[in-house]
Amino acid sequence: MTQTSSTATGAPLRPNGDTPLLQIRDLEVSFSTSTGLVPAVRGADLTIYPGQTVAIVGESGSGKSTTAHAIIDLLPGTGKVTGGSIMFDGTEITSADKKTIVGLRGSQIGLVPQDPMSNLNPVWKIGFQVKEALKANNVASGAAANARVAELLAEAGLPDAERRAKQYPHEFSGGMRQRALIAIGLAARPKLLIADEPTSALDVTVQRQILDHLQGLTEELGTAVLFITHDLGLAAERAEHLVVMYRGKVVESGPARQILAAPRHPYTQRLVASAPSLASRRIQSAKERGVESSELLATTHGDGVSAKRDDVVVVENLTKVFKLRGSRPGASTAFKAVDDVSFSIKRGTTMALVGESGSGKSTVANVILNLLEPTEGTIYFDGVDLGTLDKRKLFEFRRRVQPIFQNPYGSLDPMYSIFRTIEEPLRTHRIGDKKSREARVRELLDMVALPQSTMRRYPNELSGGQRQRIAIARALALEPEVIVCDEAVSALDVLVQAQILTLLNDLQAELGLSYLFITHDLAVVRQIADQVCVMKSGKVVEASTTDEVFDNPREPYTRELLAAIPGADLDVVPAGPEEGLTA
Amino acid sequence: MAWYVGRRLLQMVPVFLGATLLIYAMVFALPGDPIQALGGDRGLNEAVAAQLRAEYNLDKPFFVQYLLYLKGILTLDFGTTFSGREVIDVMGEVFPVTFQLSIMALTFEAVLGITVGLIAGLRKGKLFDATALLVSLVVIAVPIFVIGFVLQFVVGVKLQWLPVTVGGDVTFRTLLMPAIVLGAVSFAYVLRLTRTSVAENLTADFVRTATAKGLSRSRVVNVHVLRNSLIPVVTYLGADLGALMAGAIVTEGIFNIPGVGNTLYRAIQQGQAPTVVSLVTVLVVVYIVANLFVDMLYALLDPRIRYA
Repeated sequence: MTQTSSTATGAPLRPNGDTPLLQIRDLEVSFSTSTGLVPAVRGADLTIYPGQTVAIVGESGSGKSTTAHAIIDLLPGTGKVTGGSIMFDGTEITSADKKTIVGLRGSQIGLVPQDPMSNLNPVWKIGFQVKEALKANNVASGAAANARVAELLAEAGLPDAERRAKQYPHEFSGGMRQRALIAIGLAARPKLLIADEPTSALDVTVQRQILDHLQGLTEELGTAVLFITHDLGLAAERAEHLVVMYRGKVVESGPARQILAAPRHPYTQRLVASAPSLASRRIQSAKERGVESSELLATTHGDGVSAKRDDVVVVENLTKVFKLRGSRPGASTAFKAVDDVSFSIKRGTTMALVGESGSGKSTVANVILNLLEPTEGTIYFDGVDLGTLDKRKLFEFRRRVQPIFQNPYGSLDPMYSIFRTIEEPLRTHRIGDKKSREARVRELLDMVALPQSTMRRYPNELSGGQRQRIAIARALALEPEVIVCDEAVSALDVLVQAQILTLLNDLQAELGLSYLFITHDLAVVRQIADQVCVMKSGKVVEASTTDEVFDNPREPYTRELLAAIPGADLDVVPAGPEEGLTA
Repeated sequence: MAWYVGRRLLQMVPVFLGATLLIYAMVFALPGDPIQALGGDRGLNEAVAAQLRAEYNLDKPFFVQYLLYLKGILTLDFGTTFSGREVIDVMGEVFPVTFQLSIMALTFEAVLGITVGLIAGLRKGKLFDATALLVSLVVIAVPIFVIGFVLQFVVGVKLQWLPVTVGGDVTFRTLLMPAIVLGAVSFAYVLRLTRTSVAENLTADFVRTATAKGLSRSRVVNVHVLRNSLIPVVTYLGADLGALMAGAIVTEGIFNIPGVGNTLYRAIQQGQAPTVVSLVTVLVVVYIVANLFVDMLYALLDPRIRYA
């Protein structure tokens, strides 16, 4: 512990010996609930020098965002600073009055918030919202302010800024909104910019562009940046100094590369080990390691024609067109979400569909699940054309193909107990009696490594990772052959994500499942998939085995996606994956 | 937008026809003979009754009566009352009174409801908020005529601040108490709606961003919380205008106001089909137009709404 605190406070002195811009000492933040005070930050230390970029890394609930919000006195709800000090440029923030804080906000400390979709007021024009920041901090007013707004937006990388300033947030894409938020955060040229997961809601290529731009801008202006992220690779790539938080405490702090290369705290070690990056390999299930991999190789490289029966799902020339309502009656436009897509999934393997939002990958999943009718093309499941199934056969088909969705908070009915949630598919398909169904639920909970007592609990009592395990148990209840995972791990923290991926992988080896894995995260693909289809604007641009796509990408778009993975160029070889996963 | 308004206006035609037919049928089905009732206890002689029936088309089958009435409306001839007055003249007299009353009630509930609701929302869980919620609950729970009688007694009879009834003297002063009574229930709803909406928007991400910009608290509330919170409130208020005009029947009865409600009530009792149907039809049209107006206002307040 002594070692931890000495490294935590010991941010390297800048060569020119500046005094710190921000110094946080033993910060404690608590939230008062009906059951008493719940500490969120328990003794955090942090130092930022002028112009320095520092990143706080940690999983959700680690207190990283709370620490950042305490700096500008924007703690949500009942949150209160209960101890410690925050010195900003000679001002003690924890004891400052309202007026001082309002004076600091915007002009001295800027904020770029997390979710660009919810952080702009939908009823005001973008320009108005930027101008407000200028007026509030007495930077400019009147016509000069209007000109400055356009300059700021252009500076944040928004093309055609003058016209764009007159538009509303809903007319902007996520990336453009984030640029507007950056313009707002930097409008009054603050000395410190807090970037709270500024790109975690964006596609990986957009994320890279925006972060590059933000980095260039803050370097040019000499702004210090406090960067908050759950992504270790991203943090290491963007910040010179890392602070790792775990359960409200700073467990490790130091130069980025040093922490990646030689993590000292066990939590950081696990974090480094399970960070998905290009360096990681496909997870092998513990017991089938070796045997399985040679078999996999055989199946993935086996010639597809003779092994037709081995393709559990075959998609041929799938096209899906949506009709969009036009501006006048009768005038509708067609939108091709999926354009002539063909691929097949071999039994017992994982096929990954990769692409940015809007690339049509989820539409493909919904067609395969028979939740959407294809406009053209055919889906064969186990050799049978899905379009020819009658109602009874379709019911039978549903049993054999099961989905797992992205958001474990939304995909479980909050009014259903866990037992009822997992039992429901069994009851729907009239399998077994009450007793045998209960036995099956217990068995399934064992399979997903949850205690059987979970049965009597409700979704709101479980964490995100536990809920996703429940979703997996529900999908497995009917002993399906194919599971469609639509962004099944995207909403989870890296450590939990790694656990779920391992679980899925073990289940595949055990039960011979085939997965269709839909994701925007190439690092995840590398860990789970045997074959990859890269999709862009509804078309498959590249399809091959995972190793081929990663080692030898042919399409420029694939290369772009690969280059955008944060931490891709950091040569840190993680320890074997299962070391990080057993914890 | 033009397409949308056009479509909405076209929708009014079937609503108009349906409403008039329905109301006409209901008045037709009322028990009792209106012509006999005119004569009171003595009864009319057969010849006079038949002449009157012919004059008011009451001797013809239902559908013929209805079509004749529709034909009249197209030439702005809404028929006559049994006392011989043109229905259109009666409407010209009573609608302005009720309209003034409704607008006053609407202003009362909007101004007071939004103000109290905003303060309650900003101080959620505090004493002011709890008191406001309790008062609004009482107002919603107590029948409107009880509120009316209590106010009449306290403000009118005991304190003598305002006249107890209106009668023929329709002024701002005489209508003030009825307007408060008429708007009381809606005031409670506006208060609660504003409060919930403000409290919800206060925790919105964009409000935090606005605060982080360095804006003062009052600017954050006025610019970022209030406008967003008013969207559902305005929708409610617009729809309420139509409801207020129709709902004035009870209030007009309590305060003896010569408005639509009182006239309509008498006409129904006397079975005067043309008067009833005409008044109700205008109410229906007012309601539809108010709703259309609200939808347009909605698009104005929330730029995300686009009608096509």
